[in-house]
Amino acid sequence: MRCELITIKVNGEERTLAVAPNRTLLNLLREDLNLTGTKQGCDDGDCGACTVLVDGRPVLACIKLAAQCDGCEVTTIEGLAREGRLDRVQEAFWHEGGMQCGFCTPGMIMSSYALLQRNPHPTEAEIRQAISNNLCRCTGYTKIVAAVKRAATFAEFTQR
Amino acid sequence: MSERTFSVIGKRIPATDGPPKVTGTALYADDLRLPGMLYGKILRSPHPHARILRIDTSKAERLPGVMGVVTGKDAPARYGILPIGHDETAFCLDKVRYVGDEIAAVCAISEQIAEEALDLIEVEYEVLPAFLTPEEAMACEDPNLWIHADRKRNIEKEYHHHFGDVERGFREAIESGGAVRFDRFFQPRVTHAPMEPHACVAHWEHDGRVTLWTSTQTPHYVHRTLAEVLGIPMSSIRVIKPFVGGGFGGKSETFTHEIAACLLSKRTGRPVKFTFTREEVFYAHRGRPEQYMELKTGVTKDGRITAVEAKVIQDGGAYCSYGVVTILYAGALLAAIYDIPNIKYDGYRVLTNKPACGPMRGHGTVGIRFAFESQLDMLAEEIGMDPAELRLKNCLRPNTFTVNSLRVTSYGYDECLRRVIEASDWKNKRGKLPFGRGVGIGGSHYVSGAANSIIRSKMPHSNVSIKIDYDGGVTVYTGAAEIGQGTETIHAQIVAEELGVALDRVRVIAADTAITPVDLGSYSSRVTFMAGNAAREAARDIKRQLFRVAAELLGESPDRLVARDEKIFPQDEPQRAISYQEALMAAIEQGGTLIGKGAYTPPPEAQGGNFRGAGVGPGVAYSYSAQVAEVTVDPETGQFTVDKIWVAHDCGRAINVLNVEGQVEGSVWMGLGQAVAEEQIFEKGLTMNPGLLEYKTASAVDSPPIETIIVETIDPEGPFGAKEAGEGSLAATIPAVANAIYDAVGVRIRDLPITPEKILKALAEKRRRDKDANGHGEKPTA
Repeated sequence: MRCELITIKVNGEERTLAVAPNRTLLNLLREDLNLTGTKQGCDDGDCGACTVLVDGRPVLACIKLAAQCDGCEVTTIEGLAREGRLDRVQEAFWHEGGMQCGFCTPGMIMSSYALLQRNPHPTEAEIRQAISNNLCRCTGYTKIVAAVKRAATFAEFTQR
Repeated sequence: MSERTFSVIGKRIPATDGPPKVTGTALYADDLRLPGMLYGKILRSPHPHARILRIDTSKAERLPGVMGVVTGKDAPARYGILPIGHDETAFCLDKVRYVGDEIAAVCAISEQIAEEALDLIEVEYEVLPAFLTPEEAMACEDPNLWIHADRKRNIEKEYHHHFGDVERGFREAIESGGAVRFDRFFQPRVTHAPMEPHACVAHWEHDGRVTLWTSTQTPHYVHRTLAEVLGIPMSSIRVIKPFVGGGFGGKSETFTHEIAACLLSKRTGRPVKFTFTREEVFYAHRGRPEQYMELKTGVTKDGRITAVEAKVIQDGGAYCSYGVVTILYAGALLAAIYDIPNIKYDGYRVLTNKPACGPMRGHGTVGIRFAFESQLDMLAEEIGMDPAELRLKNCLRPNTFTVNSLRVTSYGYDECLRRVIEASDWKNKRGKLPFGRGVGIGGSHYVSGAANSIIRSKMPHSNVSIKIDYDGGVTVYTGAAEIGQGTETIHAQIVAEELGVALDRVRVIAADTAITPVDLGSYSSRVTFMAGNAAREAARDIKRQLFRVAAELLGESPDRLVARDEKIFPQDEPQRAISYQEALMAAIEQGGTLIGKGAYTPPPEAQGGNFRGAGVGPGVAYSYSAQVAEVTVDPETGQFTVDKIWVAHDCGRAINVLNVEGQVEGSVWMGLGQAVAEEQIFEKGLTMNPGLLEYKTASAVDSPPIETIIVETIDPEGPFGAKEAGEGSLAATIPAVANAIYDAVGVRIRDLPITPEKILKALAEKRRRDKDANGHGEKPTA
């Protein structure tokens, strides 16, 4: 299979990579860039564990082809904490018990982060809608919703 | 140490392993990459039941990039999690027994090549008739067709227990003017569906030792089984549990891919990784069995339960797994929540040609609790009593033995009931909401650790050791597996509290069989109680060593000393304190690194009675849960919503309030999924919904608010009085919802999951019945 050359900015770092046309963004991140924070829960676009931001919007990396991301900016869970400090969404998930096993957490945090970027003061219904693509089997969502609410109360969101 | 003076116990402590989870640096098995690593894939059976006539792997072996192929002959030893259920082999030897059964494994330089190679393996089958229901399976008289030749009429195990005299109990109920009911109930097959698919990496080194990193709840059991199957000593095997992305019971035994990874790594001399697809997780299953239940219960006119008789048939799938335990739990835990003097139980665990069932959160108790709590509501109606009151009337007292010899110590079910009745405003809602809205109540309980080990060993169930070195850090070594339920945090809190040091001094190293002492694993809700007690014991061992030295420095007797806030001081004389660090340095100068150890063995009096099957059911303590669900049902469409759930859970003592809430909420939510949606569907032995889109679990928009109330009964034997929090609340949710549906629209669903179709059908039947009863189909007017 003929590879294509793409240029992609991942967590602020520009990379030029040769990718096969059937390479998913998820495989590119996990296998080629060793960014294993993004999880594979189903590989079918059902569970949301692979959610990353492409140009600021939440995308399921397991059903997005890497070649489609040429020229895009991708943010993964590894790109949120800065200078040794957790992002407010990460902080809130930790302190509110918004994660248990942690496997859905990176995707859940990325969806929540994207929500707060476009809507800094969401209602509970908006929060639940925004994370409805992300399945969690541990929490019953109660503490995840609480975490997003708490994150929304923290100091102004850093734009990136 | 009085409750008021706790430093870290009883607080809302965020998980100590939280930061790696929220930043993505937590490494799960599939995140591991070793130099030279190969990728494995498993060939699975397309038939539910067939003889294997021939396997030819030669074409697969010749495919470029394929490094190794293994089949049944490479590991023919039989194994199984239960000593009485050794019916599995790594790969099928002569027969396949379900669609998905393992036939061979391949490793290659890429996953794609390994997948291609599977297509090149030729298998010739002689297809056999498949048994897809317990009824068909038990009717088979031909030994040549039995799923396992030594399991007559495909019955894995049957138990017949009778405690007291149920006939006398039923007579008493009738004679008092009370009621006796007989009803049938059904629970479908449901599965854990942890977010992380099973995965492992094995590396067999040239010194003959193998290391397996695997997503498991029970590293010790995997360790044991690997030794049996690989034919090497346990001392040559190291099992390491990385971060585990959820288990719920589904990762509690050894799986084929774990053995295959070791075999293929030995053959190739390179690390080998297996990661399940989501579909394979459904084949691995080991979830809750389909369960057919017949239940007869009697209550007197004044609401005393006199007897219960249950018949349970479980469709256990193709292998035993924990099945014998599951069928025993269903009977044993009819007791230990209500005071029932007469209990009769007939349980049948039946083999069928479907993926093997196993333990799932609330193991064995969930279906029967749905049946019992539903029937209790029907009986309450017959004797004209509020169902909450009927439950309150039948509570046990603390420190009792049940009729089937279960020892109940702390008991908070009555308080749980009272708390949810109050919080939900039950008295103003039950029977009083407009048609289409209703509330329902349910209760449940669960062992806080099984009092008997499944491996028939007398060794302690939990062991913990602690090392403190010159750096002052407290390192806790435990075999208990953190799988997201918070055990590392609980260990850290218990040790920090006991030693009187700051929580961030404590580091927990968990579940690496080469480093950490043995623990039986994360199942049967045993870790807080058992490993928690062992951790406390180990901390006390360290404290004794520190106090001996501190006593010399202070010119005091060691038994007058207390440790708190990083200081050691004589009781009531905090002004004379020396620092923890000072005492530690003095102790290390005298005798070197401090090492402490602790172990937990269940007391003999908790271990149950003396009859066949008595080993399952006894817990070292029991947790209790009561719940009220509020629902809205549209009688035109049958569509309904669960609007809110109030739950009160008796966890003995909440060592970590945040964690207890999380566990209880998760249990309630999982119970809710089982109440309203979850069901594995089979056609001709094929799993029809092996994906997270098709196997419906509730998303954030479908999940109701859950109000959690923690009830503390301070168990006399739990660490700081704690009991379990992770499973006991699951079972109560289902009958609470079913009872609420009844309160809302007057129809009773006995067949899970409760769906709009079933409600509509029941409403139509009810209308027909009402019409017949009234003669003209018109409501009688006053």
